[in-house]
Amino acid sequence: MGLTVDLQKEVKGFTLDVSWRAEDGITVLFGYSGSGKSMTLQMIAGLMRPDSGSIRLNGGVLFDGSHGVDIPPQRRPLGYVFQDLALFPHMTVRENILYGAGRLCRDERRVRAEELIRLFRLGGIEGSLPSEISGGQRQRVALARALIRRPEALLLDEPFSALDNPIRVEMRRLLSRIREDFGIPIVLVTHDIIEACTLADRIVVYAGGRVRQAGPPGEVLGNPAGPDVEMLVSAAGTAGLQLPAGLHLN
Amino acid sequence: MRYLDDSVLFSLRLSLQVAAVSTVLVAVSGIGIAYVLARKDFRGRGLLDMMVTLPLVLPPTVTGYYLVMLFGRNGLIGRYLYELTGWSIMFTWYAAVLASYVVALPLMIKTARAAIESVDPNLVNASYSLGHSEAETFFRVVLPLSRRGIIAGTVLSFARALGEFGATLMLAGNIPGRTDTMPIAIYTLTSSGEWTAANFMVLLLTLVSGFFIYTTNRARAV
Repeated sequence: MGLTVDLQKEVKGFTLDVSWRAEDGITVLFGYSGSGKSMTLQMIAGLMRPDSGSIRLNGGVLFDGSHGVDIPPQRRPLGYVFQDLALFPHMTVRENILYGAGRLCRDERRVRAEELIRLFRLGGIEGSLPSEISGGQRQRVALARALIRRPEALLLDEPFSALDNPIRVEMRRLLSRIREDFGIPIVLVTHDIIEACTLADRIVVYAGGRVRQAGPPGEVLGNPAGPDVEMLVSAAGTAGLQLPAGLHLN
Repeated sequence: MRYLDDSVLFSLRLSLQVAAVSTVLVAVSGIGIAYVLARKDFRGRGLLDMMVTLPLVLPPTVTGYYLVMLFGRNGLIGRYLYELTGWSIMFTWYAAVLASYVVALPLMIKTARAAIESVDPNLVNASYSLGHSEAETFFRVVLPLSRRGIIAGTVLSFARALGEFGATLMLAGNIPGRTDTMPIAIYTLTSSGEWTAANFMVLLLTLVSGFFIYTTNRARAV
């Protein structure tokens, strides 16, 4: 069970070669911009084709280079929240959410939409356009839209980077709630170590298109795999991040 | 009104009819071609792009010449059509539609393509990842978001079709009461020195074209 990723891809002098696994809970892909994190998400979602490798979700194959399997993005049971959210500007909040519910039957769509509107506190603005609501609200619409068709995994590409700090804190709380309620693997891309450590059950550290280290946040912070990883995570120490008992930063 | 005699009315009606039919054809096929050019990568893309742009820069007589070579009674396609059915498009109002279509198509494609290209590719990807096919995505995301450009292209095409002269003359000829659209009627009237009737037609054509562009600009501004 869970999401298993093993990918190779070469684009314009950049080589991505990564392999990791995500169980239920939050897996954070952490690293500098340009280290291949977002590219990995795009390949999981089927929006970019890997050169080789495989992607498996709960025993099903989404991509397998050696057997020529490449499930189109439409048929991958994933929720994907884009970095810029990609809300449809010509659709209201409700229409945006319902747009994600294609396969469900009519009554179920309505019920699910109401559920999510309540869960994400979007009541009262269902009829507004994305341009008429706040950044935090847009964020919640994007999450609701991605979750309405009950995906088997949720992919989040730097979802909170454009938000003000108080709203980020609120969004983190919401994400923990999603983690509890949905019980699916959540893969979150970020270059913010604080965000990574506060949210992650597991951190996968990316550098230059490779996985440098993978493990629980405490382990990555307390026992970095090398000086480069130590550099990457050092901001966590200066921010006074609480570490699990028994661990300390060098 | 004494200027609104039968031949003027006929030309006006024929012009509107030819422009309307060709605009519908231009809109449907032009949006399709614009989408393919904007979103697809395939062999021959550059060639297709060039071929559909050429009528924009070639003199309409040259475009008309090619059309005669293709659809004339001895043309590459027209020959078989004539052999099979005994019918030729030459010197019919369909020929005027064909000429207007080919000449107006590049305007539609240029405008619609720019509009389609300006739709954020992430929105298209989002639609795919939300389970919607390419066709559904086209109708529910791409088309509504490029609506303005497509409307603009349609109006430009209509105005261009309404004013089409050169290729129409080559293909449909100048047959009074059959293929004399307004621009062609104006040419005939001018050559024979019938200034009063020519003035009236010129004014009418200007007003009709101006009306369409003005109302559409207003509709787009709202």
